[in-house]
Amino acid sequence: MIPAQFDYLAPSTVQEAIAALAEHGDDAKVLAGGQSLLPILRMRLNAPGVVIDLGRIAELQGVSEDGDHLVIGAMTTYAAVLASGAVSTHAALLSKAIATVADPQIRHRGTIGGALVHADPAGDVGAPALALEAELVIAGADGSTRTVAAEDFFEDLFTTAVGEGELLTQIRVPKHTGWGAHYEKFVRVSHQWSIVGVAATVRSEGGSIAEARVGLTNMGSTPLRARSVEEALVGQPATDEAVRAAVASVADGTNPPSDLNGDSDYRKHLATVLTRRAVLAAAGA
Amino acid sequence: MTITEDRAADAPTPEIGRARTRKEDQRLITGRTRWTDNIQLPGMLHLAMVRSPFAHATISAINTDEAKAASGVLAVFTGEDLKDIQGVNITAWPISADQKTPDHLPVAVSHVAHAGEIVAVVAARSSAEARDAAELVDVDYDELPAVLDLKQAATDSVLAHPGLGTNTSATWQLDSASGGTGGDIEAAIATAREGGIVIEREYRQQRLIPAFMEPRSTVVDPTGEQVTMWSATQVPHVLRFCIAATTGLQESKIRVIAPDVGGGFGGKLQTTPEEFATLAVARKLGKPCKYTETRSETMVSGHHGRDQWQKLTLAAEKDGTVTGLKVELMADLGAYAALVGGGVPVLGAWMFNSIYKFAAYQFNVTTYYTNKTWVDAYRGAGRPEATYGIERLMDELAVEVGVDPLEIREKNWIKHEEFPFTTVAGMTYDSGNYEAATAKAKELFGYDELRAEQRRRRESNDPVQLGIGISTFTEMCGLAPSRILGVLSYGAGGWESASIRMLATGTVEVVTGSSAHGQGHETAWSQIVADRLGVPFEDIEVLHGDTQIAPRGMDTYGSRSLVVGAEAVIRAADKVIEKAKPIAAHMLEASVDDIEFSAGRFGVKGTDKSVSMPEVALETWTCHNLPDGIEPTIDADATFDPNTFSFPHGTHLCAMEVDTETGATTMRKYVCVDDIGNIVNPLIVEGQVHGGLVQGIAQALWEGAEYDDQGTLVTGSFVDYTLPTSADTISFITDHTTSPSTTNTLGTKGVGEAGTIASTPAVVNAIVDAVRSFGVNDILMPCTPERVWKAIQKGGAVPVEGERDAQPHFDEGAPNQDPGAASPESASEGSQS
Amino acid sequence: MTRINVTVDGVSYSDEVEPRTLLVQYLRESLGKTGTVIGCDTSNCGACTVHLDGTSVKSCNVLAVQADGHEVTTIEGLAVDGELHPVQQAFHECHALQCGYCTPGMIMQACDVLKNNPDPSEQEIREGLEGNLCRCTGYHNIVKAVQQAATSMSSQAVSS
Repeated sequence: MIPAQFDYLAPSTVQEAIAALAEHGDDAKVLAGGQSLLPILRMRLNAPGVVIDLGRIAELQGVSEDGDHLVIGAMTTYAAVLASGAVSTHAALLSKAIATVADPQIRHRGTIGGALVHADPAGDVGAPALALEAELVIAGADGSTRTVAAEDFFEDLFTTAVGEGELLTQIRVPKHTGWGAHYEKFVRVSHQWSIVGVAATVRSEGGSIAEARVGLTNMGSTPLRARSVEEALVGQPATDEAVRAAVASVADGTNPPSDLNGDSDYRKHLATVLTRRAVLAAAGA
Repeated sequence: MTITEDRAADAPTPEIGRARTRKEDQRLITGRTRWTDNIQLPGMLHLAMVRSPFAHATISAINTDEAKAASGVLAVFTGEDLKDIQGVNITAWPISADQKTPDHLPVAVSHVAHAGEIVAVVAARSSAEARDAAELVDVDYDELPAVLDLKQAATDSVLAHPGLGTNTSATWQLDSASGGTGGDIEAAIATAREGGIVIEREYRQQRLIPAFMEPRSTVVDPTGEQVTMWSATQVPHVLRFCIAATTGLQESKIRVIAPDVGGGFGGKLQTTPEEFATLAVARKLGKPCKYTETRSETMVSGHHGRDQWQKLTLAAEKDGTVTGLKVELMADLGAYAALVGGGVPVLGAWMFNSIYKFAAYQFNVTTYYTNKTWVDAYRGAGRPEATYGIERLMDELAVEVGVDPLEIREKNWIKHEEFPFTTVAGMTYDSGNYEAATAKAKELFGYDELRAEQRRRRESNDPVQLGIGISTFTEMCGLAPSRILGVLSYGAGGWESASIRMLATGTVEVVTGSSAHGQGHETAWSQIVADRLGVPFEDIEVLHGDTQIAPRGMDTYGSRSLVVGAEAVIRAADKVIEKAKPIAAHMLEASVDDIEFSAGRFGVKGTDKSVSMPEVALETWTCHNLPDGIEPTIDADATFDPNTFSFPHGTHLCAMEVDTETGATTMRKYVCVDDIGNIVNPLIVEGQVHGGLVQGIAQALWEGAEYDDQGTLVTGSFVDYTLPTSADTISFITDHTTSPSTTNTLGTKGVGEAGTIASTPAVVNAIVDAVRSFGVNDILMPCTPERVWKAIQKGGAVPVEGERDAQPHFDEGAPNQDPGAASPESASEGSQS
Repeated sequence: MTRINVTVDGVSYSDEVEPRTLLVQYLRESLGKTGTVIGCDTSNCGACTVHLDGTSVKSCNVLAVQADGHEVTTIEGLAVDGELHPVQQAFHECHALQCGYCTPGMIMQACDVLKNNPDPSEQEIREGLEGNLCRCTGYHNIVKAVQQAATSMSSQAVSS
């Protein structure tokens, strides 16, 4: 089905895009790859008057290194992130999570920034961004930028710290060089959104876990970070028994949805099993 | 005079049995296709449908003013505007004389009975403008309470159609005692309760969506003397009949064309509101009109499949010899009785007894209306449901007796030397060899090794358990002997028609009443005719799917095309030969009695004189020197009405791994050995089997149409109606044994539905087998990880064999069902959003 | 309306389109490229897969205006001078299609899989095609066809 009518703008700089946003306000939707937006428009679940396509803004694309950070442009496609040796070396968790997103065609068009701002709790980018303590650079109306920690970025279902008239421009990821990583995604059929996903990255020292970071997908209205589990894992050997005990409480306090794929309690159970598996895999056990 | 090279000298190897690659492919792999939605006609208008968002409501007002005033809009029609000419979507199979059947109007006039029903149609210059204007149609509904659950429907506490006074449509029974084909079922059960085994189970056949890949589309051109309709349909001939029967258009004024059709699986065995609405609008406006649905519209408007509760009581002796089976079905028709409608569950009546020798048998079905999408044939239609029920029960019986499930089947199945065998349901199976298929399947599967691995995993308490599922199935296909259909009050015959046209230049046109939509008839029919007439495969063109080209036909469904449709082709070919003989004799200056036809040549016995089929065709065409009084044509027509069904069978073995920590299931191995009689084209047969398997496996594992408590289809797109992908499936091991059918010339049996019919119970049996040691004896389909995991949790491991509770008996309101239900509400219709 | 310049199957087009027009609608309705088909409205089925600048995309999930200045290859442009692409040939030989509706998208995606991985394992093929639904074949023969195409393409590469 064809979407409702809209006007189309394709700015070539961030400034132009911000200006367009300022002009059209609520009536505008940002097209950042469009792999979630276009189905919504086709189903006429949303009918913006203006669509602002970020696809022609070169400065928003690509991966670079900035000291101990990776800098990923918001309009970098999943495929480009996956092709980046820098990402797989310094933020392996991100590569592994993104490799599970949707299907190859979607990964050719969808962007990391688009996914983060869309903030679907079942999306696979939020949890690794949280676990890697990414920082999100947001450009504002007056030409200013501000940086928000991933922890503060996700506010609610489909709601982020990106305010009216603002754009997400960069994802800055602290390098986790040498950290093991695994993304454990649970689905019934492969093209599904995550029923539950667990992003784990681990720094090992002498056979035990020195540091661990764990993010959860679809265990609440936003991606979640499991800090108490991270702490409990420190110093533990990478054995089934030790990790099982350390992650046992991972679902405490979470409020996952209930739907055809599983009720809330089942998701909580899944989270504990998948966290154990993700951590063990990340630790190379 | 010879205009073709003499091919008889190097007589080709037989075409039948060759793995010919398909003629159809060249167009399809290069994008040179004729899907209905591709059709563009001068002046063509595009339609958009306005559909009810409510499951049950009366329409109090429709305001079309704003839509009519929108850009590019020619007209907006309500049901009221179209009611004189729109006709009605009829059911062909009232299963009882007193069946209650609500009128199904293509565009609702005053009452909608399911979400998605059409209430208005917009005609505009472009499809975009039609869709834009459809959003502007303002409909006032008065919502009525909706009945959504089948068991609630049976109570009549809420009515789907208040005017009917009940939700019950009809009841139907087959009873071996009263039919004289077996004993009394109640007596058998009573005896078994005394000292034998009684197994009582209630199984759910969830609602499925056929999900053919091409959304349905219809183009109607009313500008000629005949109104022409192109439609993505399996049944162009049936469609023409139904239009003529209900719209006031004469049958001779209607031409229906099924161009390239992108899959059906029963889902396009329908005459649809959309087809009738498009026809009505095109006639009103006098302009060609096209309507193509979106996938979301397919999901709510195209008919669904399955949707039954099966209450089954199996009686057996202590040693596992089955003495009787009682079947009580509740079937959900959805909002309306569809084309086959209540007949779908009835098609299972002869199949619950399957390959087994039961002494007594009774089948009962009651059909009900609910405020959900209508239900009709989906690949297998009645037979997958039956096969599921009996094959699940045979596994339960094996557990009860304490033997391998293959052993219990062998104890009860018909032995190969007992064919032809008349079953307790009154069907006579012509041929089969269950022992041979099973032996081959076991060997290919590595049955004993997998059983050993299963034991090891059990003993070591492996978190990943292994289960082995068995399905030894048979089915009846090749619909159908017209007399039987008549006895069952089906509204049409089951014959098929064919014509063969011998062209002057030696090539051949084969016209078939079958209507292929992916089955490869062009290739298979060419192989058959090539052998029969001795003409090259490449010189044969198969024509179908257009009532002007193939005026007579009963179309393609029920695995009927090869065993009924191709039989008609063979008979037409034989008539061609007989008609050609006197002409050949005349050409050879011999007596007709001395003419022999072999490998494409007519020869004179005892001589080396001969003429080829193309030579006779040319001689006939020129007509210069034919025998006196002979009609100058060797073209021939044939119509074949089968006198029985065909009964393919097979043994399917499935190994499933169950991750007991998450409930996730993984298929490890799948072997099937099918006996479909003689095979025309092994390549096409394998393809049918593979595709059928995945559809059946998908019922077991992934698919289910679910509604919320407002009557909205929750699984209304491919996001939530989870079809499997290549990444979710495995490669299969398929093989065959061959017991030629004795009921048709080629000894073939149908194959189109076999994989789907057999595979579902094989998969569920495997999963239950994997977790039976946890105290699980059933899991609701689809066996989602959540359901499997919850079944394990609720099952409560049985520490020692023999400590299991006695088999539960049916109690009112407390069926032994659904240990893995996801919600405290009705398991199948849970309103989880 | 917005003007776009697009090259499709080697032919340049300059057209005015409504911005809301999907690339697949532009291909089918404006250019008559009906070989590319629409199977769903949620971008799950992949029937509309084409190559945009040599990379597979779902053409229902791209606006025609986004293709401005780019190059599109559809199933109709895959065979060169009447010579079938090895993937097309393998689909035919392995009976990897029945109704043929998913076939254009499936073939275009299979080409993309092999472009990125000339020697894929069965699992890699299966995962590479996870964005394309087929209801007829059970995928068995599609996987075989991609394996066969990989073999024939690598032997072509060696011999050329």
